[in-house]
Amino acid sequence: MNSELLELFLDSFPSILIPGLTCTIPLTAAAFFFAMIIAAAAAMSQYAHVPVITQLCRFYIWVFRGTPLLVQLFVVFYGLPKVGLRLEAFPAAVITFSLNEGAYCAETVRAALEAVPAGQLEAGYCSGMSYLQTMRRIILPQAMRTAFPPLSNSLIAMVKDTSLVANITVVEMFRATQQINARVYEPLLLYMEVGLIYLLFSTVLTWLQRWGEKKLGAYENRGV
Amino acid sequence: MLLCVKDVRKSFGALEVLKGVDLSVDRGDVVAILGPSGSGKTTLLRCMNFLERADGGVLTFDGEQFPLGRVPKRDIARLRKKTAFVFQSYNLFLNKTALQNVTEGLITARKIPKAEAEAAGRQALEKVGMADRMDHYPSQLSGGQQQRVAIARAIAVKPEIIYFDEPTSALDPELTGEVLTVMRRLAEEGMTMLVVTHELGFARTVSSRTVFMEHGVVVEAGPSREIFDHPREERTRTFLRLDNPEKHQQEKEF
Repeated sequence: MNSELLELFLDSFPSILIPGLTCTIPLTAAAFFFAMIIAAAAAMSQYAHVPVITQLCRFYIWVFRGTPLLVQLFVVFYGLPKVGLRLEAFPAAVITFSLNEGAYCAETVRAALEAVPAGQLEAGYCSGMSYLQTMRRIILPQAMRTAFPPLSNSLIAMVKDTSLVANITVVEMFRATQQINARVYEPLLLYMEVGLIYLLFSTVLTWLQRWGEKKLGAYENRGV
Repeated sequence: MLLCVKDVRKSFGALEVLKGVDLSVDRGDVVAILGPSGSGKTTLLRCMNFLERADGGVLTFDGEQFPLGRVPKRDIARLRKKTAFVFQSYNLFLNKTALQNVTEGLITARKIPKAEAEAAGRQALEKVGMADRMDHYPSQLSGGQQQRVAIARAIAVKPEIIYFDEPTSALDPELTGEVLTVMRRLAEEGMTMLVVTHELGFARTVSSRTVFMEHGVVVEAGPSREIFDHPREERTRTFLRLDNPEKHQQEKEF
């Protein structure tokens, strides 16, 4: 690498990283937070076979899993203004990502709930606990342990997928990189560089996942 | 009389599992329910604690009457707090230690202060010989140890009665012994117990009364000694004889 390229790399690094910290990460965090709420609600109402709501959940999951995320972003940001629903780019991104991610994670959480042996709920009842008490104290913590690795997976995938919102005018890491490239035209260096920063983010999340699994999994360690 | 059920009926689809079963338990009784697989004995026990919803029948508990087929949720919760249930597959809370398994029903369901619940929990675990494994998770315990913790969980809530659903069927003979010893001690202390079991030796030597079921009806019921020594019904006789003499001998020793 010649010194000119090295200089460009170092100069552009903060210009890419800062939108990462101020946009990519807040977008991911907010969307994942709402996605978790949607997923938990959708999964638990299906688990409890709540009539009507269960069917609505299936419909919602069917639609959001069955259409491309990019199309969803375009519908929300460019399409909805046609019917008078005008959203800023960032909130539009948060809403779309929350709904999209919520649909996938609902299935993850539902599978994790169904993986908890039925006897656990019965034992809760027989200990005098109500359905909600047993859910909160027994079923959900166990389901959380099962769901944690695939949910971490979804989170890591989402960090990278946020690059799609460059298409709806949000200046996050990828769009910032595109803007720099438009000035200096060094696509190989700059796109490699932004890739490297995504990799950094993902690596930190992978560490967090490992730490979290260790904390959650205390009860699974055998042979103490 | 602590409890009785009358005319309990239950079908799974077209299969009629309980065809009108009567049963009563006095305070301090240890009642064994025997019968071949598929006789409906486990279903009966599960209906009595509402783990299955019976199609019909009446439960009288402590003088109060409940129609089994349509007991309000609130009554179910109230009744369950007076009883305890020991499962064939233990069903210990997998995310809780032995002590937490025992205290969970006290703290969460009965709102007993934590310190008090833990003292009661320790005492219960001591009684079943598991005090030295208090902080172990179920995955770190053998089957027999898990079942003893489950029994501690049952006695800690000071129930009026403990239902046992084939408590030793998942255990090998050696571990069966340690669980039966604990159950025998409970019986001697006057705990009221209703035990679905395949352990003829336990039924014969520990239970005060034995109920023999087949095809969803009670074939014969009475004091255990009478049932074992002078069964009136031919079917009871063949069932008790089915168990080969050698095994019978071993169980007598227990």
